[in-house]
Amino acid sequence: MGISSKLGNLGVVTTTLETAVNWGRTGAMWPLLFGLACCAIEMMATQASDYDMSRFGMELNRATPRQSDLMIVAGRVTRKMAPVVRQLYDQMAEPKWVLSMGDCASCGGVYNNYAVVQGVDEIIPVDVYVAGCPPRPEQLIHGILTLHEKIKGERIRDWA
Amino acid sequence: MQIPAALNPVEEVKAKFGDALLHHKEFRGETTLIVNPDRLVDVMLFLRAAPGLVYNYLSDISAVDYYPNDYGDDFKSDFRPERFGVSYHIYSMLYNRRLRVKAFAAEEAPQLPSLTPHWPAANWLEREIADMMGVKFEGHPDQRRLLMADDWDGHPHRRDYPLGKETVAFSFNIEDIQKNKPIAKE
Repeated sequence: MGISSKLGNLGVVTTTLETAVNWGRTGAMWPLLFGLACCAIEMMATQASDYDMSRFGMELNRATPRQSDLMIVAGRVTRKMAPVVRQLYDQMAEPKWVLSMGDCASCGGVYNNYAVVQGVDEIIPVDVYVAGCPPRPEQLIHGILTLHEKIKGERIRDWA
Repeated sequence: MQIPAALNPVEEVKAKFGDALLHHKEFRGETTLIVNPDRLVDVMLFLRAAPGLVYNYLSDISAVDYYPNDYGDDFKSDFRPERFGVSYHIYSMLYNRRLRVKAFAAEEAPQLPSLTPHWPAANWLEREIADMMGVKFEGHPDQRRLLMADDWDGHPHRRDYPLGKETVAFSFNIEDIQKNKPIAKE
């Protein structure tokens, strides 16, 4: 931001293209509406009035992958569910990000058995891992803000 | 209406089917009949319909894998002729009592006659056993898997099925695990 905005005169704002694009991407990042297990309950609490994810531009979850930017994998991914999760990820339009919420999605958690994928990063690339069983809404918001920090650091050559 | 007096299921089945009743036992008030798999459906339909028995509610079907274990338990304390035991738990609403009918299936290609054509409640119970334990039910109208994916390999409830897919990670082996872990591409 230039000196003019600090003086209260918002007539002209100068910035870089990267900053403007990343500001737009982080300011209205719509998650995909789906939950797999108990972490989804905390994800719902994060969106409800107490914690209110709309403060960060996430006021609505899109129920279709075509309109989503962020996939929050909330819960354990079974091997039967894994092809479905991968297909949802493939259907999301670029740019897209994945947040692995909770221990089960991150590494299998307590479910070290034949039926559960040992970390969703075996089937889709993950940007941010959030620990906890389940994570509290503050932790999920911290994970989302961490993702915002990552996106703000992206350069034009990364996506060009 | 006159309700006929309750009869002893062990004696009735023994009188009607003779040698098809392989074994019977009583443990803590629970009666178990072990029957020949060839006559299983006949026994079950007899227990359901005969006056004095009327076990008209099929409450559960479960399967047990009597696989030899490392604890020295050779299972000779009980009547266990084959590896897989399938238990049919039936309940008489009229007399308020329960009965367990058991049949054994061989380790090689385990198979039992299906109860579903006669008793629709057996449908998903038998599908679950065929899925998780691998006991095939001959004559079942719908032989797809119930719980696991259609292309799943093996039957997870068998005792010789591996429990976990990955080694538990500790600080001394985390590097090895991370090296072999499949990581997804974009």
